[in-house]
Amino acid sequence: VKRSDGIRFATFGLAAVAVFLLPRFISDFRAQQLAYVGIYFIALIGLNLLTGITGQISLGHGAFMLIGGYTTAILISHQEPPLELLGHQFTGDMRDIWTIPLAGLLAGVIGFLFGFPALRLHGLYLALATFAVAVATPAIVRKYAGFTGGGGGINFFDAEGRTKSEITTDPVTFEQVESPIEILGISIPSFNEWLYYLCWTIALVLFGVAWLLLRGRLGRSLRAVRDSELAAASSGVDLARYKTLAFGISAFYAGVAGSLLAIATTFVNPETFPITLSIFLLVGVVVGGLGSLWPLVFGAVFIQFMQNEWAQSAENAIPDFIPVLGDIDTDSAGAPAVAFGVVLILIMLAFPGGAAGLIRTVRGLATRGYDRVR
Amino acid sequence: VADFFQQVVAGLGSGAIYAALALALVLIHRATGVINFAQGEMAMFTTYICWALITNNGWSYWPAFVATLVIAFVLGFGIQRVVIQPVAGASVLTVVIMTIGLVLVFNGLAPLIWSAEIRAFPSPFPNETWQIGSVSISQQDVGTFAVVLVLVTLLWAFFQFTKTGLALRASALNPEASRLVGVRVGWMLAIGWGLAAVLGAVAGILSAPTLFLEPNMMQATLIYAFAAAVLGGIDSPFGAVAGGVILGVGLNLIGEYVDFVGADLRLPMALLIILVVLLVRPAGLFGKPVQRRV
Repeated sequence: VKRSDGIRFATFGLAAVAVFLLPRFISDFRAQQLAYVGIYFIALIGLNLLTGITGQISLGHGAFMLIGGYTTAILISHQEPPLELLGHQFTGDMRDIWTIPLAGLLAGVIGFLFGFPALRLHGLYLALATFAVAVATPAIVRKYAGFTGGGGGINFFDAEGRTKSEITTDPVTFEQVESPIEILGISIPSFNEWLYYLCWTIALVLFGVAWLLLRGRLGRSLRAVRDSELAAASSGVDLARYKTLAFGISAFYAGVAGSLLAIATTFVNPETFPITLSIFLLVGVVVGGLGSLWPLVFGAVFIQFMQNEWAQSAENAIPDFIPVLGDIDTDSAGAPAVAFGVVLILIMLAFPGGAAGLIRTVRGLATRGYDRVR
Repeated sequence: VADFFQQVVAGLGSGAIYAALALALVLIHRATGVINFAQGEMAMFTTYICWALITNNGWSYWPAFVATLVIAFVLGFGIQRVVIQPVAGASVLTVVIMTIGLVLVFNGLAPLIWSAEIRAFPSPFPNETWQIGSVSISQQDVGTFAVVLVLVTLLWAFFQFTKTGLALRASALNPEASRLVGVRVGWMLAIGWGLAAVLGAVAGILSAPTLFLEPNMMQATLIYAFAAAVLGGIDSPFGAVAGGVILGVGLNLIGEYVDFVGADLRLPMALLIILVVLLVRPAGLFGKPVQRRV
């Protein structure tokens, strides 16, 4: 164990403690939002492992999240008539948290298999193929309605397996009261807080796993594949093995994130995982910094808050201009997309390293200042 | 048999639209080695401009059509100068991310300016059919096909017989050598983007009467155009046009005669075509196989 690793472990421990104490200080609504940040964080780690570290562009990671989300939804939900695939009926009612590893594994296996045709696709062509996958997947989901619920999707709000808190009306004050959720003898006051703990526990574990995987031989090999396939191959890195492995691990992360997203929304349909989700994930990776790990938190925060709050405030600041074109529709859903796009382009032009690059620069300046003082 | 020809003729109309957009993709790919993921959204946006000129400002169809093409050219030209040129030497990933940024901007701007309401779009061609034997030919399809054909011919003539066209081809083929003989390569690339935007605008305007005008109208068409470009060979303009027509007709026939595919799986079929062509013959039907330099 190197000395810098000691500092890293300590920082990670402190961050973990902070993450677990945070719900004491924030509202239920914020806890829900931060749970989503955790979900995006997991997906971004996965995507960055593939795109930032191994150099394989994926514009279709939403499709792997879709696989994870649908796995969870199909296993939990209790539909009448039951969902059916090749004669096997899925009666559902599985406990929600146990579906998460299954969702990850299924997505991981499919990702690994997709890695094989992807071996023959380089750069642009891979981007093209994954983009087409993301666009085409919802059509496939709609086609097999007997198994996936089709365009209407699967609602599992009332399913037995779902962890939920009862909401009752207090007989004296007539206020809505949410009953606590008991986990391992600990009582958690609300569903949103439970969701927060669930997402962030998994996020921290998967973050640790990614860090451990990437600091050793695997990480070096993947980076070698990104920097020069020829050099990597001639140094004995098995390209096929590492690329398919990167696809598999990356899809596992996406599957887990998709599963958590389904648990959070208690509902999936093809629109839960639109093509824009895949694109937003790429934006998140760029905001965090290609090839980075913990700065991806900034990317996750960016995705969550830009979609909802920030875009709205940005939109309200737009005056009604260009009268020739007609009235600006200030209630439209377009604002987040514009904001995402503009930020993406500006970051690529001005700070190609994203948040991670910015942190490095600041740290570099600080160290240089320190050296000068010394 | 009559039914077969019916489907072929109907496929030519949509095939022409795929061909136009595929040709736009190929133009940019040849010139800058980039696939412009924003090609469809730019087409959608310029179609909105055309609609705004006609509906909000009372222009009649053809003047609005021409004006839109001019605006599209300026738009494409400007985008290359402002957004793409600064990252010209960067990695493929960087340039792809830039075009993805453009996708988001245009996809968001359109509903922001004009609202996301689905709108009808006028067609310049009468909604009638010609009857030849038992095959009825929609004048819409014929008109669409004719407009794209004229445009592609003009473009071909431009590339083949004008000095600018020669410079464009030269800077796509060998930018360094072209720069040495005095071609302003940067401007040529921008002109390429402008022309691609014009082709996109034509595809958008011609498909709007059937697809209806809405911010996501070109997403599926873009995937079909990708498939067409890949099928014909991503570096072959002729291949793009041929690929578009083959794809339009082929998808129509498959949708009609293969029950399993029907109308629902048209888009996944395009995906399948992209994957199969890339895996089996990456150069496409009409492209030259490329040796990658290591």
